Amino acid sequence: MPSLKDVKVKIAGVKKTKQITKAMNMVASAKLRGAQQRIERFRPYAAKFYDMLGDLASKADSTAHPLLEVREEIKTCGIVLATSDRGLCGSFNSNLISTALKLAVQKAAEGKKVKFYCVGKKGRDAARKTDHEVAMALADQMGSFDFQLANRIGLDVINAYLTRELDEVIMVYGEFVSMAKQVPVALPILPIAPKLEEATPVAATNKEYIYEPAVEGLLAELLPRFIKVQLYRGLLDTSASEHAARMAAMDNATRSCDDMIGSLTLLYNKTRQASITRDLMDIVGGAEALKG
Amino acid sequence: MEKSLHLEIVTPDRLVLSEKVDYVGAPGYEGEFGILPNHIPFLSALNIGSLYYKAGGKTHWIFVSGGFAEVSDNKVTVLAESAERAEDIDLERARKAKERAEQRLAQAKEKLDGARAQAALQRAMARMRVRGAA
Repeated sequence: MPSLKDVKVKIAGVKKTKQITKAMNMVASAKLRGAQQRIERFRPYAAKFYDMLGDLASKADSTAHPLLEVREEIKTCGIVLATSDRGLCGSFNSNLISTALKLAVQKAAEGKKVKFYCVGKKGRDAARKTDHEVAMALADQMGSFDFQLANRIGLDVINAYLTRELDEVIMVYGEFVSMAKQVPVALPILPIAPKLEEATPVAATNKEYIYEPAVEGLLAELLPRFIKVQLYRGLLDTSASEHAARMAAMDNATRSCDDMIGSLTLLYNKTRQASITRDLMDIVGGAEALKG
Repeated sequence: MEKSLHLEIVTPDRLVLSEKVDYVGAPGYEGEFGILPNHIPFLSALNIGSLYYKAGGKTHWIFVSGGFAEVSDNKVTVLAESAERAEDIDLERARKAKERAEQRLAQAKEKLDGARAQAALQRAMARMRVRGAA
């Protein structure tokens, strides 16, 4: 039987932990709201962008730009891995990392070289432990980032692609499906070709536009931005997913604390009762002995 | 006949502006262009520079860092990576950015760094011009 004092200390400790997990849950929920708002604000831009691109793509020859071209021989594969900077969000990061590593193993088995582009500490740490090259590591960015972050990654990736340092690029990020569901997704970013068809709009193609510069020139401006738009979307989703995952994890932790406090309190009461009974027995025993 | 245009400026981070205007002037890829009501459908890439619009006899200036403009059905949509109204521009920050870019331009060894610094310099200078015009 543990001593009364031990149990009391333990209960106090669990209560403290519960306070922390509860606070973290609330912080995560506030941040999640922020992240969701940013996704909302990004939506009009993305929608308009897809419209324009789809409209143009339907008019242009899709071999017109090097970013559209599918290379026959793929030697190097770039993996952009978006994770969070901090832990305590359940299996969120480990899911993302294992998806990326599986992909890397698969690519390596096909005889391709793999290069990692990491956003977020957790992914960076995991990528560094592998034998693959980490071409870019951005830590402490997920807390507050804007389009510039996507811009930076985009520029690097596109330049590497155009100089043939990379032959394909895949992004691994956490898609935000709902509060309860976040899925790691591997999305091919480069070459762009297969994605364009999805972007084709249904209507509004019958209008005759004047293009400045001509369609090919415009496409050359639009395509690099398209990559950045996709990267940005992935980052936004990852950030929302991270907070949702943390909320769920902290909610679970708070509930476990409650359970633990309950069972510890029971133990405390039992221990206390046992010691009272023992004391009583002593007194009764002593009284009996005196009677003799 | 419609007598006004609807101007919308969107960036990845927010909707900067959505207003009824009389005229829009924008820094097109192949030179500045102006849009009046009932313009034919038009799609252009934009340079870094200043966009302005007239509404109710007043002219307003906005900085845009490249992007695209689409005109159709009296609606002008501008997609820019960043856009700021003249009155929101931080002049001090722009000046510092300009100095930084100039320094980097002087030290740039690789072609890529030079190009980035050049773009940063352009942005800073355009910001300052827009602020000055308002």
